[in-house]
Amino acid sequence: MRKVTQKLVLLQGNEACVKGAIMAGCRFFAGYPITPATEVMEIMAQELPKAGGVFIQMEDEIASLGAVIGASLAGTKSMTATSGPGFSLMQENIGFACMAEVPCVIVDVMRAGPSTGLPTQPSQSDVMQARWGTHGDHPIIALAPSSVYEFLELTIQAFNLSERYRTPVIVLVDEVVAHMREGVVLPAKKDIEVEERPQPTVPPEWFIPYGDPGTGVPPMPPFGEGYRYHVTGLYHDVRGYPTTRQDEVEPLIRRLFSKISKDFNRLQWFDSFYTEDARITVIAYGCVARAALRAVKEAREKELKVGLIKLKLLWPFMRRTITEVLENSQKVLVPEMNIGQISREVKRVNQGRCEVVTINKVNGTLIAPREILKTLEEMYP
Amino acid sequence: MNETGHLIHKYLRSSKKFPHIWCAGCGIGIFMQALLRVIDQLGYSKDDIVLVSGIGCSGRLPVYVDFNTLHTTHGRALTFATGIKLAKPRLKVITVMGDGDAVAIGGNHLIHTARRNVEIASFVINNHVYGMTGGQCSPTTPYRARTTSSPYGNLEPDFDICRLTEAAGAAFIARSTVYHTHLLDQLIGKALKKKGFAMVEVVSQCVTYSGHWLGLRSPVEMMNWQRDNAIPVEKARGLGETELKGKIVTGVLVDREIPTYHEEYKKLLSVKV
Repeated sequence: MRKVTQKLVLLQGNEACVKGAIMAGCRFFAGYPITPATEVMEIMAQELPKAGGVFIQMEDEIASLGAVIGASLAGTKSMTATSGPGFSLMQENIGFACMAEVPCVIVDVMRAGPSTGLPTQPSQSDVMQARWGTHGDHPIIALAPSSVYEFLELTIQAFNLSERYRTPVIVLVDEVVAHMREGVVLPAKKDIEVEERPQPTVPPEWFIPYGDPGTGVPPMPPFGEGYRYHVTGLYHDVRGYPTTRQDEVEPLIRRLFSKISKDFNRLQWFDSFYTEDARITVIAYGCVARAALRAVKEAREKELKVGLIKLKLLWPFMRRTITEVLENSQKVLVPEMNIGQISREVKRVNQGRCEVVTINKVNGTLIAPREILKTLEEMYP
Repeated sequence: MNETGHLIHKYLRSSKKFPHIWCAGCGIGIFMQALLRVIDQLGYSKDDIVLVSGIGCSGRLPVYVDFNTLHTTHGRALTFATGIKLAKPRLKVITVMGDGDAVAIGGNHLIHTARRNVEIASFVINNHVYGMTGGQCSPTTPYRARTTSSPYGNLEPDFDICRLTEAAGAAFIARSTVYHTHLLDQLIGKALKKKGFAMVEVVSQCVTYSGHWLGLRSPVEMMNWQRDNAIPVEKARGLGETELKGKIVTGVLVDREIPTYHEEYKKLLSVKV
């Protein structure tokens, strides 16, 4: 008899997110109920005490992210989960986490906005809010899972990136992936790579909290371990103290960007399907990528040379990957459940190189494979 | 070395570029010294103290002192403090807020942190005005007072921060002024030692933007006003509402034993699920 080493379990997307988070070492969750993200909080309330972690339901989403940042400063990997309206409230403290370089993970289960919008229906309309929602220039990382397993996997990766770069990381997932149930083979502990934030290698009296050690990411000791330092949302000098000096302000904002941009070539996370000889390449993410894959397979059966690039990382935008796609395809199709947020980025990178066609569905229902297939047939060169 | 010198050398950051941002005659410095004095007396290790603030003049306090210090977003100090305390309960978590910070933009967090009874010693320095932004009226600005945002007189009644937190369920509530430094020391000590959420309202003066509505022009006049209008709570209990109008009731107003959020959560962890 074959020895069963890995267990296949039926999981909801939001449930998989919690499993991934706990595998990644998350031991603090603060949140506020909101459809369609609530299950993340409910399951955290159940699971975190068992894992020796802390769960707390806060009075709103502002407080939730505040508590998450506080716990992270105390040295605990922390996260929250929300949807559009709550994500709007979190923008203030997302900016703080960018500026003070506090690792944290924010799951945004997208529903259609603006405002209260369509609470129970899927959407992909928070892509730009994830990028530019908080004020001021800032770098951000956002991941987009398209299956229950990917939600688990990318939640682990969100923690890793957050710890590696000391930055907030957003998991942008849509209501479909969050509420869908799929069979998932849980990864074994030994197969998961878990990263921790860099720690100082010098004694406290030598420690410069916001000095660049060469990687762009300063070491981050937890509060209460002898490294007493100041954390602020103001522009600060290398010691963490507020400053308005131009020779201290600009290097800080430049470093915040470059600590991530230096790794742009490494941060190209996507899956490609049938792209080798594709005349048209579909660029999709989240639940739309599932419909797109089906459409591409059906088109191949009809002997249409089309392929798919499924984006797993939305921010920073994968300019290198997309440039290759644009150079190797005659046309690209970007189907999205918004008015055209990633297609805008594709067009920005494209600079007139090839024809960019979009499907923008904003009525709260899914983009069906047949809609993508029909468009592929119509635009096929 | 005299006492002040001792506190300066032990607790102020030698690597921080001084001077501080506060106006001469501001009450925040008086509070800061009292806080350091009491922390020193109680013998806390600097490594174990986390000092969290929001935005405003009071928000700048942590940068000057050698603890684990955190200057958060406006009104949110208590939410960050909650995360720190729950993630690392052995730390002594202290928040410093102003009146606008604590009861306007952060009012929701104040009442819920009090209700939840997270063990945080919080100090609200109430100077009845938004000082840093130029003297706009706050929720504690007196009715009819003229400020830069109420040029024809404040149309709103003012908040009683202590009664608000009492109704929200805080374990320890007290009030002092910066004039009454001995009382202030005692109350800070009690708040730091309290198992549960402690809130001390520290009535202060904004020498630049408040007090003029009472005809007070100088820091000395403002502090004399605090001296003349403060009534110890023991004495105030025998007085009626009209006699207490315009007075500052000082002392320990509430001190009750309530299980903290952390104690409740620990019980949860010990239950086999």
